[in-house]
Amino acid sequence: MTKVNEEIVACFPQWGNYSHAFKFLIERGFGVKYMTPPPITRRTLELGSRHSPDYVCVPFKYCLGCYLEALEQGANCLMQIFGACRLNYYGELAEQILRDLGYQFEFMNMAEIKWTSPRSIVEHMRKINPNVSIAKVVAALPTMVNMIKLIDKFDDFLRHNIGFEVNEGDFENLAKEFYASLYNIQSGKQLKRIKKDYLRRLKKIPVNKPAKTLKVGMVGDYYTVQEPFSNYYMEKELAAMGMEVYRDMNLTNTLIHNQWKKRHRFAKKYAKFNPGATATFTISEALSYVKQGMDGVIQVKSFGCTPEVDSMPILQNISNDYRIPILNFSFDSQTSETGIKTRLEAFYDMVIARKNTGKGEKA
Amino acid sequence: MKKGYIGIDIGSISTKGVVVDEKNTIIASDYLWTEGDPMNAVKRLLKSLEKQIKGKDIKVVAVGTTGSARKLIGAVTNASVVKNEITAHAIGTTTLYPGVNTIFEIGGQDSKIIIIENGYVVDYAMNTLCAAGTGSFLSSQAHRLGVSVEDFGSIALTSKQPTNIAARCTVFAESDLVHKAQMGHKKEDIIAGLCKAVVTNYLNNVGKGKRIKAPIVFQGGVSKNIGVKKAFEDAVGCEVTVDANGHLMGAFGVAILAKKSGIERDFDFNITALDFKTKGFECPKCANHCEIMCVYRDNKLIDSWGNKCDNGAIRVNN
Repeated sequence: MTKVNEEIVACFPQWGNYSHAFKFLIERGFGVKYMTPPPITRRTLELGSRHSPDYVCVPFKYCLGCYLEALEQGANCLMQIFGACRLNYYGELAEQILRDLGYQFEFMNMAEIKWTSPRSIVEHMRKINPNVSIAKVVAALPTMVNMIKLIDKFDDFLRHNIGFEVNEGDFENLAKEFYASLYNIQSGKQLKRIKKDYLRRLKKIPVNKPAKTLKVGMVGDYYTVQEPFSNYYMEKELAAMGMEVYRDMNLTNTLIHNQWKKRHRFAKKYAKFNPGATATFTISEALSYVKQGMDGVIQVKSFGCTPEVDSMPILQNISNDYRIPILNFSFDSQTSETGIKTRLEAFYDMVIARKNTGKGEKA
Repeated sequence: MKKGYIGIDIGSISTKGVVVDEKNTIIASDYLWTEGDPMNAVKRLLKSLEKQIKGKDIKVVAVGTTGSARKLIGAVTNASVVKNEITAHAIGTTTLYPGVNTIFEIGGQDSKIIIIENGYVVDYAMNTLCAAGTGSFLSSQAHRLGVSVEDFGSIALTSKQPTNIAARCTVFAESDLVHKAQMGHKKEDIIAGLCKAVVTNYLNNVGKGKRIKAPIVFQGGVSKNIGVKKAFEDAVGCEVTVDANGHLMGAFGVAILAKKSGIERDFDFNITALDFKTKGFECPKCANHCEIMCVYRDNKLIDSWGNKCDNGAIRVNN
């Protein structure tokens, strides 16, 4: 429904640090302009909540808020992915809500694509750009994939070390610079240079890491665990307490190297059947964390995420069997930050006392 | 001159304070209503504590704060330790009952369960989503039934057939309660039913999937309600201990933490005479609109918090 001759500006909702990778694919591959979604703020969530069904899972509210802000700023082609839960309805519902609000835009809903039919795939690609060149898109894919892998690699290292930096802000400053350098990448060659340069600088940042650290693993639903705003920057909070944070859930481990089968097999003892969406990942990741000897696991999920709710009693079983605390957090658009802080602090007190490093107080 | 340590637990409904000596004995304590004004409540509390230790030759060397207003009061009292209430309660309880395995805690606005093994917290859960089955719910229902919340427990004990009340949610419980009363159920049965409902709700909610093992200690404001204590004992099938100082356990725990911290700071009861002001505002610098709180002592900024990023940071100039 984009007007003729109007420049196409595509946008995908804010999600972790991946927007520059999507930008590369859209601009280099599809040949249209990409709008980096405005960073999520409280306004995004308020806008999204105002126009969403009250009981929908929170990621939908974030996405809708993001669409609204992107439309305000001139985006006219929105995208949504598909998934194994309500996520499949996200696109359709968001599109309808936005149309009812009177917005004019093109909507590329991947849930509508018949992935076995090349025709259907091409048809949907044409929604982004009617004159799309399939060859160009295919050519852009490897660099996008490498970019995502690099982002995940960078973030993993950051999570493991940021809590121990000697000079406060070193990691965050480098991360900012790193993401900015990804903004205007033109080629795979350039990406390789950036990769070499930044990974080297990342590893050079002075850290003061004791031999024994407190390690905590994060699990949870696809969006909440990956989008820091939606989990109240929990990884940052944990790192600030001096913990090493682990999180296996990212695009590399799901879309690029799909580990579903491996994960499902690994979790079999606790979950014979798949509870849906990312629940098998949650269970299997939690199990692998406790088997690796981590000190605690935190599950973050959006309020009302049924697959994650189903995985809660299973996580409790793992916690009982391995005697490792597993804490659950449910986030809604109206979560009290004080409650989160209190429980996180208590979590820290608990793991440090268990670790008995001498710093913790015996209860 | 003996050293004394103050622990203050500022909850949503009540403010608790203790002074302990070096042997962890409570020398002074008080319990009063917060009345939505933590600053004033703490001033009243400190005045009362000061009166109680007067002439006993005690010098307060450290303060610890806990509860939902711990940060604010920590700034005001220049506290050595500001600790979350889960840890504070665990420390307080295990000091008095070293063998405890389970702590039930029901306060004014929240409820928690803490599982302890060999003196260490191994698991906990806290209900912050909803106030069903907490103290404020019980007191509003007592008001509706025309009895004082202090008599609630003893009335409940007189019931032989507690009425079933749907207590999943405060609003539903209230309408169910009205319905049962209109049907002709006796008041004591309804009251006993409410106590039972609180316990069922608690065990199904925060207690879900937790290993509840004796010895069990029950504390928080609601532990003063013997009706709820009895309902707990019926539900878990073993004795549930309620300490006479159960309502002070958070304050007691944080006083011990303040003592253990070894950080001694000058404390003067005179702060009750000083003028503390708080100012909250929404940071206009980005769309996050962080709620920033500034605390002033005699119009001088002493602390601020609430900003998510550096744009909203307010530095204290010392």
